[in-house]
Parts: sequence; structure tokens; C-alpha cells
Amino acid sequence: MSDRRVQWQWLVALSPLLAVAAALAAGAVFIAAIGEKPLEIYALLFREAFGTGYGLGQTLFRATPLLFTGLAVALAFRAGLFNVGVEGQLYVGGFAAALAGAYLPLPGPLPAVAAVLAAGCAGALWGAIPGALKARFGAHEVINTIMLNFVAFALVSWAGRALFLPATVHTRDVAAGAQLPRLDAFVPVLRGAPVNVSLLLGLALAFAVALLLFRTRLGYELRAVGHNAGAAEYGGVSIGGTQLLAMALSGALAGLGGSNFVLGYKHYFELGFSGGAGCIGIAVALLGRNHPTGVIVASLFFGALSYGALVVNTRVPRELVEVLMALVILFAICARPLLERAARRWA
Amino acid sequence: MSTPHVHLKGITRRLGTCVANDGVELELVPGEIHALVGENGAGKSTLMKVLFGLHQPDEGEILIDGRRVRMTDPRAAMRHGLGMVHQHFMLVDTLTVAENVTLGSETQARFGLLAPGDAEREVAALAERYRLPVDPKARISQLSVGAQQRVEILKALYRGARVLILDEPTAVLTPQEVDELFAVLRALVADGVSIVLITHKLAEVKALATRLTVLRAGRRVATALVADTSIERMAELMVGHVPAPLTERSDEAPGAPLLEVRGLEVRDARRLPAVRDVSFAVRAGEIVGIAGVEGNGQHELIECLAGLCPPSRGDVRIAGAAVSGHGAREHRAAGLAHIPSDRLHRGLVSDMSLAENLVLGLQRRPGVGTGPWLGGHTLEDASRARLQEYDVRPPDPRAFAGRLSGGNQQKLIAARELTQGARAILAAHPTRGVDLGAIDFIHRRLLAERDAGRAVLLVSSELSEILALSDRILVLYEGRIVHETTPAATDERTLGLHMTGRASHGDSPLPPREGAPRTSGGLA
Repeated sequence: MSDRRVQWQWLVALSPLLAVAAALAAGAVFIAAIGEKPLEIYALLFREAFGTGYGLGQTLFRATPLLFTGLAVALAFRAGLFNVGVEGQLYVGGFAAALAGAYLPLPGPLPAVAAVLAAGCAGALWGAIPGALKARFGAHEVINTIMLNFVAFALVSWAGRALFLPATVHTRDVAAGAQLPRLDAFVPVLRGAPVNVSLLLGLALAFAVALLLFRTRLGYELRAVGHNAGAAEYGGVSIGGTQLLAMALSGALAGLGGSNFVLGYKHYFELGFSGGAGCIGIAVALLGRNHPTGVIVASLFFGALSYGALVVNTRVPRELVEVLMALVILFAICARPLLERAARRWA
Repeated sequence: MSTPHVHLKGITRRLGTCVANDGVELELVPGEIHALVGENGAGKSTLMKVLFGLHQPDEGEILIDGRRVRMTDPRAAMRHGLGMVHQHFMLVDTLTVAENVTLGSETQARFGLLAPGDAEREVAALAERYRLPVDPKARISQLSVGAQQRVEILKALYRGARVLILDEPTAVLTPQEVDELFAVLRALVADGVSIVLITHKLAEVKALATRLTVLRAGRRVATALVADTSIERMAELMVGHVPAPLTERSDEAPGAPLLEVRGLEVRDARRLPAVRDVSFAVRAGEIVGIAGVEGNGQHELIECLAGLCPPSRGDVRIAGAAVSGHGAREHRAAGLAHIPSDRLHRGLVSDMSLAENLVLGLQRRPGVGTGPWLGGHTLEDASRARLQEYDVRPPDPRAFAGRLSGGNQQKLIAARELTQGARAILAAHPTRGVDLGAIDFIHRRLLAERDAGRAVLLVSSELSEILALSDRILVLYEGRIVHETTPAATDERTLGLHMTGRASHGDSPLPPREGAPRTSGGLA
């Protein structure tokens, strides 16, 4: 029946929400298994993550790098590329931001601009390498981006030996002009939370990515390559050039994510600062269906889980939240094909 | 007539808001060839998908030998003795005929091992019984298209099919292969198999079928004996009105050459020459048709002319500009429009909207979009008129191209390629898989383009199309132009002989296969 079919289409479109619901339900079984009450734990988790100004600020702070990395993965996906190297791009971006912010002698707020640009450029370069290898030799970007993650970690550790402050694994502080202000300076209710201007940059970039993808010639070509490379080639699009560009842009987005921690929070680069934000970015893009709006919502959700894990830590081990994240990813992958098959069968 | 073998009773199937089948009846009696005809989107495919268990009907029932059955999936359909030969073959190229035929229902020897010898004997026996000449040990990749089709038929028979559904079986065959197929089908019917023949080609219905059922807009408009129904009447039933014959060609002399090819050699994916020393020119105001059996270099020639594959030798000029070695963008910029032979692989992006697909290839043009911007309401509004004019259904600029039927996808591509003001038009199989109404429409547009002074190169495996539209015809065989003629001076049978390299010396001399270059290659 037509009505029934329309309803199924809605269900398919809402599959990320169903995936989240299914993951929470499965997680409830784990919580019950260790003798806790699932509903109480979930209530506590989300109340703390969204219910207080400080908690919301913490959630937003943790969502910020995921917003950048989620956008990075989504943009590459739109061009048909799986950028698994966002972690490494984020890492070199953060390192470049710390160096530019600490060592460039610039007046006024210019150091902040320079540091942000440095983060973007370093990430772009790190993304462009596998992009160029793909475009020129057809080398698979998944392999190369994974490998370049390790290269990034090793390279930064090596460079850090000369730059880190004695007996630490972090650089010196960036100049005052390079620091991004915290949002609680403008929104008192967030008092004490480390969420900073980097979030606004991320939101602006989400808007920019949406505009690029759906309203520009370049975005058109990028999506055409991603959906049907044969047709894009027929339409006069340079496949390799577009892939290279998409990987560079994706890397730039990931690199800019380094600004959150380095310029807005600690004000220095520290080994291991990225903390898996790159990998979770893949989950964010997946759950957000590679759409900037979806990525914003998904990064908020993962940010809430990440902060909520600390809050509920006294009652359930924080690893539970990692299980929950993994479940969301599993269900997000399965939900769509399962629903589509069901829709075909019954509609 | 005896009890129907298969009886589809009052089948209604809705797809979204449209009714694809509306109370359709179809009876198939043992030993008949029943033609199912209708335009694209008339509901033929949907009906067969319902019968084959790929769709569930919203209303109505399916009776097999008088008993009501529920076709839950294709396996259930096969259990009930149904077999389907799809338009696009479902064969594994690297396996042998016997392996393909038995795939999924292999007879096993001890310890679960395969017994290839048994399979080959079984398949050989089956082929013998139904007089389907094919070598069980041959690999699919070595077989001609006609032989591959016979393998598909064997596959269905091996699974015990007593009812064969053939979807556009002649679309990919040469006239000679069509004759062979018809002989096979007649033999099968004599053996008690019944056949549903889905087709657009009414001459084939006349030649082969006993009865026909005509669908129009999801409804059955007629079921009749073929002997009692003229082709004109069939066409009228299909489209609801009699299509007027194509307008007379204007006799104006062709003008300047707009698409020139000299000494062209193109290599295929295996680096072997697929187009060999081809030279011709298409001038303003003429349509040059390229006839040939598929796989004789047409694909490589088209890809090369479109800038999708560089020639290894020779050059291409579009409106006087040398473009060989440049990409598709440069070819388009020089004034070429291109209706590609494979709409799903080349011509469309299924996951993009109709409005977006209407600018594929033009996405960098100044008039399309402003500055760096492209998309949104401006793009959608700009597409509405053309979707209406080319009768793309549904004419919704935001619908995804992948949701259109094949015929409508083809009209969408025509709407894009024939309205961009190109001086030379490369039309590769422009009406493949398209219904009568749309074929007529696209043909008229191509003729109108010619009359407007464009140069049109038409590549088609439909000889009737080549004969109806072309001013000159070139025959491509094994990568060379082996024959040049005009529609007035030839017919399908003669062309068919040239296409298969079997032209007798009396008709027209066949050139030497290797060696001396041809002079009658049509260099204008």
C-alpha cells in the first residue's frame, strides 16, 4: 500500500535513531548484568550531560573535535573515499597549531588566526598525501591513511624531542593572542566548562561543508565522483583531481579540530591529545549519514556519552560507554539494510 | 483451450503513489508463446516481477495448473517451474557453460566434491534434447552473445522450467542470431514449454507469438490472437494512438565536416587494437549511422570520440578543433554532445536529482549556475521546462534519477544532450530499452537536430533505427569500416551479412582482413 510504503521510507530515513535506541536497549542488558538499574544509569548520564550548564559545556567540549573529524570523514565519503586517517590529520593539525601559536611573533589576535590556519594546512597536507597516491597510482586510501596515522604519531614524537619542555611530553604554551577564548566568558551558565570558540568554528565549517557539497560546482563534481565515477568522467570531471582535493579538504577539516584542545583548552600540544577522536569521527559520520546536520547531532550524542561515562563511573565501569559506542556503530551499520529489506518485503 | 498453465488473476500492485498493475489478467496455456507488449512503464516488468516472486501483489492471485500459489521469492517461482531469462545475462564469465548452468544446484559426488564430468554430460544431454547448440566445456567469455543467451535458457531448463519468461531477448542479437533464437523457441514450444515474451518489437510478435497481451498504463487493454491482429493495430493498442511516420528527410546538401576522424586506432582494456585505421567525417546536416554487431569496436570508438579514452593513433576533430588526446571536458567544450551507450554507468548519477543530472557535463558552464554556485531552487526551476518538454515522468526536479524507469532515464539524457546547442552529436544506442512513444520522440529530436545543421553520429545495434534515420551508413566489423552504403541502397539482411563479415562477393566486396587500407571508408 502506498501509505505503508511512505511510512517505511520514513523509518529508513530515521534509521540512525533506531540504531541508537537499539544500542541503548542492548546496553541496558549489560548494565542489568552487573546489577545496576539501566534506566537510572541512563537518566543520570543524560541528565548530567545536558541538564546542567557545566555538564552541557563539557558535552559540547567533547563534541567539538568529533564535529571536525565527523565532517572530515563525511566529506571524503561524499567523494567516495574512506578517510581512516583523520586521527593522524588531527594530530599533525594540533601540533602545527601549537608550534605556530608559540613561535610566530605576530601582534594582536593574529597568532590565533595563524595557528588555526597552520592546523588546517598541516591536516590538508597529511590528507593530500594519500589523496595524491590514490589519484596518481590508484593506491587504496584506506591502507595509506592508516599507515600515515602511524607515521604522524612517530614523526611528531621525534620532532617533539627537541621542542617539548624538559621532563614533559608537551610543548610550551602558545602566545596569549593565539588562545581561543572559552565560551563561558560570553555565556555564564557554562561556567567552568572548557568548551571554547573552536566549537563555533566547527559549526561554521559544518555550514560551509553543506554549502560546498550541495550548492557549488565543486561540490557537485565531488558528489558525482563519489556516486558514479564513470558518469563523472563522462561529465568531464577530473576523477583524480577531485579525489586529491577531497582528501586535502577532509584532512584540513580534521587538522582544524586540533584547535579545540591546543588553542582552546590546554594551550599546548601534548602527546596523545587526540585520544581517538579521529576514530570516533568515523562513527559520527556514519551515524550522521554523511550529512553536516547529521554530523552535528551525532557528535553531540557521542560527546554526551563521552562526558556521561565519567559521571556514571562510580556505579558502572566507564568501559560500558565504550561498549555502548561500539553498539551504536554496529546497529547503525545494520539498521539501514535491514530496514530497507523489510521495506521491500512488506511495502 | 486447455486449462491455463499459469493464470495471473486480477493482479494489482502499487508502487508509491502510482498503480503499476491494475487488476491485470494473464493466462498462459501450455505450448504457447504469449507476447507481453507495452510501453516502458506500462507495467510489464512489474507483472513479471510479481509472477517471479520479486514483488508481492497488493491484490489478486497466481494460479499454477489451477492451484493457488504464493510466490514468496524467485526460488518458489523456480520450484513451480518458472524460469526467467533476463535482458542482462546473469552469467559468470570465467566459468564454463556447464558450471554456469549447474551453479547453485550442482550435483555432488562423494565427500561433497563437485563432479564436473557429470555436469558436462548432463548439460550436453539437455542441450541435445532441446536442440540448443552450445559446448558445455566452453568458457562464457569465449561465447558470442547469442550463445550466452542459449546458456541462460539452458540454466532455466536445467532447473526444471516449464514456463520461460524472456525479457527483450532480441535486443542484443544480430538478425541471424534472432533467427536462430526463434528456431530454438519454436522447438521448446513443440516440447510443451510455454513462453512469455516481453518485447517492444511488434514484428517479432507477429513472427513468433500465438497470442499477445497489451498493457497500457498498468492495465490490460487487450488479449488477442496474433493472427487476428495487425502490427498497426498492436501499435495503436500500445500507445493509444497511431504514431505518425517520421517526417521526410530534407534534401539539403550537407555542409562543413563537424566531426572528423582520421586513421584512428583505439586499444581496448587489454591493450589490443579494437578500432583499426578508421577514417570518416560527419558533416553539418547529416546523420551517419554506424552499424555493427556489438563488440566490433563501437564501444571503443564512442569512448574515444567522447574523450573518455585516448586514441593510440590518428586524430579526432570536432568543429575543426583537434581534440584527440584531450579529455571529455575539452571534447564538450569543442561542441560535442554525447548520448552514452550505458546510461547507468556513464549517463546518469542515480543518487542525484533529475535537476542535477540535467547539468552533468555542463556543471562548469557560465550560464549554468553563477560564479562558484550551482544547485538549489535555481537549478530546479531551470530544469522544469525541459523535463516537461521531453516528457520525463515524473517531471519532479528533486526526484532521484535512479528512481526513473529505463525509458524515462533515456529521455532525461536526451533532454540534457540535445538541448545544449552542441554542433556535433554522438548518439550511442539512443533508444535502447525505450518504449515506442519515446523512441519516436527521440528519433524526431535527432532528425530535428540534423535539420538544424548539426552533425549526428548514430551508433546502434537496431538496424531499423539505423535505416530509418541515417543519411549514410558505415558498417563496423572487427574494428574496421568494411562497408559504406545508404539506406536506399540496402536492407537489414544485407547489412546483417556485412556486420558478420559474411557478405558474399556478389553483393559487395569484403575487404581484406589485414593489410591494405580501405579507400571507401567514407572520408568525406
